[in-house]
Amino acid sequence: MSSHHESIIREPLITGENITYSKITDDILVPVENMPNKAWWIGFTVASAGALLWLVAVSYTFWYGIGAWGLNKTVGWAWDITGFVWWVGIGHAGTLISAVLLLFRQNWRNSINRSAEAMTIFAVICAATYIVAHMGRPWMALYSLPLPNQYVLWVNFNSPLIWDVFAISTYFSVSLVFWYTGLLPDIATIRDRATGLRRKIYSVMSFGWNGSVKTWQRFEAVSLVLAGVSTPLVLSVHTIVSMDFATSLEPGWHTTIFPPYFVAGAIFSGFAMVQTLLLVVRKVMSLENYITMFHIESMNKIIILTGSIVGVAYITEFFIAWYSGSEYEQYAFINRSTGPYWWAYWSMMTCNVITPQLFWFKKIRTSIPASWVLSIIVNIGMWFERFVIIVTSLHRDYLPSSWVMFYPTWVEVSIFVGSIGVFFTLFLLFLRVLPSVAMAEVKLLVKSSSEQEKKKLLKQGQLDTEQAAFYKENLVKYDSVEKTEYANI
Amino acid sequence: MDSTKYILGIFDDPDEMMKGIDNLKEKGISIYDVFSPMPIHGIENKLGVKESRLPIAAFIFGCTGCTVAFCMLYYMLVHDWPQNIGGKPHFAVPDFVPICFEWTVLFSSFGMVFTYFYANHLFPGRAPRVMDLRATDDRFVIAINAKTNTAHDQIDSLLKEAGAVEIKHNDRKYVSYE
Repeated sequence: MSSHHESIIREPLITGENITYSKITDDILVPVENMPNKAWWIGFTVASAGALLWLVAVSYTFWYGIGAWGLNKTVGWAWDITGFVWWVGIGHAGTLISAVLLLFRQNWRNSINRSAEAMTIFAVICAATYIVAHMGRPWMALYSLPLPNQYVLWVNFNSPLIWDVFAISTYFSVSLVFWYTGLLPDIATIRDRATGLRRKIYSVMSFGWNGSVKTWQRFEAVSLVLAGVSTPLVLSVHTIVSMDFATSLEPGWHTTIFPPYFVAGAIFSGFAMVQTLLLVVRKVMSLENYITMFHIESMNKIIILTGSIVGVAYITEFFIAWYSGSEYEQYAFINRSTGPYWWAYWSMMTCNVITPQLFWFKKIRTSIPASWVLSIIVNIGMWFERFVIIVTSLHRDYLPSSWVMFYPTWVEVSIFVGSIGVFFTLFLLFLRVLPSVAMAEVKLLVKSSSEQEKKKLLKQGQLDTEQAAFYKENLVKYDSVEKTEYANI
Repeated sequence: MDSTKYILGIFDDPDEMMKGIDNLKEKGISIYDVFSPMPIHGIENKLGVKESRLPIAAFIFGCTGCTVAFCMLYYMLVHDWPQNIGGKPHFAVPDFVPICFEWTVLFSSFGMVFTYFYANHLFPGRAPRVMDLRATDDRFVIAINAKTNTAHDQIDSLLKEAGAVEIKHNDRKYVSYE
C-alpha cells in the first residue's frame, strides 16, 4: 500500500521539501520539455565529434581491411576484443540494477534504473560495433548465423564464438524490450502534457498507454518476470564472453575461474560507469533530490565488493598458475607482471584492486568528487584488465622467434576513442528526449520513504528516540538535506 | 435526459482514492475503471481484478524457445550435416546448453511482452483512451459509468467524502487526441 511507511532507521530515498507527484513530473521532465542548456550542447558537440571520429576510423577499417590495425602474426586479437569486452561489461550494471535489485526489492533502484538501462543498451551497441568491425568485412557477419547457404554447411555450434552471437543478440533485444516497456507510462506522461507535433510523436511512442488498473497490474507481472529471466541472462552473457577465452588452449586464458571472475568484473565496471554518468547527470540536471547520497554510497559499496572479488580472482589465478605445475601457464603469469607489459598489469592491479579499497573510508565514499574520480579510475583499470588478458597472453607464444610487442595504429585508437563518443552521443540524446528517471516508480516512494514523510513522523514524536537519533545521524552525509531543521525536532 | 456518460472522481492522494473505492462499493456502485500515474498495490483485490496469467504465458513461451533451439541444433549438427570437428561427438549435449538457454529467455520475454501488448491493445499509433489528462501525472481517477449508475448526487457526495479534489461529469468517454 502506498500509505505504508518504511521503518525510520532506513535512509530516505527522496529528499527535499514539498515533494508532490506533480513536482516529480516537473523536475524530471525539465530537460525533455525545454530547450537544452549550454552544458548539454557542449557535451553533445564533443560527443558527436567523437562519434564522427569513430565513423572515419571504422570506414577506413572497412575500406582497407583490418590490416589497418596494429595486429601481427602473434597478436591477432588486441584492442578490438579489449574494447568489445569492456563495453559488454559496462552494460551489465544496467541489467543488474533493473533486474537483480528489483528481485531483491531494493527500492533505491527506482531512481537510477532508467538511465542505467539506457547505458546498458548504448554500451551493448558499442560492443556490437566492435564485433562487426573486427571481422574486417562486415558482410561476413551473416556467416555467423545458421542460415542455409551455398556451402550447405551450418555454423559450428560447439564454438563459444557462436554462443556469443546468440548471447549478445538475446541480451541486447531483451534489454531493449525491458527498457521500452518500462518507458511506456513515462512516455504517456510526456504525451499528456505536450501539444501539437510533440503530442503526436509521443502518442505513437506511448502505444496508447492509459494507466488503467489492468494495464498496471499486467505491467507489474511483466516487469517481475522479465527481471527474473534477465538475471540469469546477464550472468550467462558474460560467462559466454569469458568462454571465448577460457575454452581455448592459450596459457593465461585457459582457466576455469573465468566465468565468475568476468561476471564480477562486469558488474564492477558497470557500476563504475553508472557512477561516472549519474554524478554528472545529477548535478547538471538538478536531480539531487532523486539521486541522493544514499544511492551514491550504495553504489560505492557494490564497487568495493565486486572490486574485491576481482582482486581475489587475480590472486587466485596467479596462485593456480603456480600450483598447476605447467611451466607455460607459470610463464604467462610471471611475464604479465614482470615482462615488457608490467605497466599494464600493475595499472590493472592498482586501479581495480588497490584504489577502490579507499571506499572503505566513509568520508571518501560519501564525497562526490572522490567517487567520481575513483569511478573513472575503475573504468581505466577494467580496460587494462582486458588488455592484459588478451595482449600479454598472446604476445609471447610457444616459439620465441615469434615473440613480439603490440603497437596500435591511429585507426584502433580512433575506433576506441570514437566508440566513447558514440556512447555519449546516444546517452545525451536519450537525456534530451526521454525521462532519465523512471517517474512512475519514483512516485511510488513518495509516501513510503521520502524525507518529508519521515520528517512528519519525527515531528509527531512517537518514535523510539534511539532510532530517531540514528536516522538523524544518517542524514548528515546527504548534500541535499537541510540539516538545520532537524536540530529542534 | 442527463447527457453525462462518465463520472470521474479525481483524487490527489492514492489512499483517499482507495477510500473512495470502498465508499462506492459499500453502496453497491460499480466502478468502470481506475487510472493512476503509478501502480497501486492492493487495488486488484478491491476491484476484483483476477491475477494476471502472463507469467504462465511466459513459462510456455520459454519452454517453446528451449524446444525450438534444441530441435534446431539437433537437426543442424546431428541430422542434416554431422561434421567431423576434431573427432568430437556430433551430439554434444553440453554444447547445446548455452543456446537453448538463450532462446528460452528470448522466447519467454518477447512472447510475454507481445502477449501483454496484445491483451492491453498496446501498439504504436494507437489512439490513447485517456479519460483525464492528469491521470498520468499526479491525479488518481475513479471512473464510474453514469448510465448504469443513475444516483449521480449520491456518487458525488461519496467521492467528496473520501477526499476527491474534483468531480467531473463528462459527456465524452475519452479525451480527444485529434
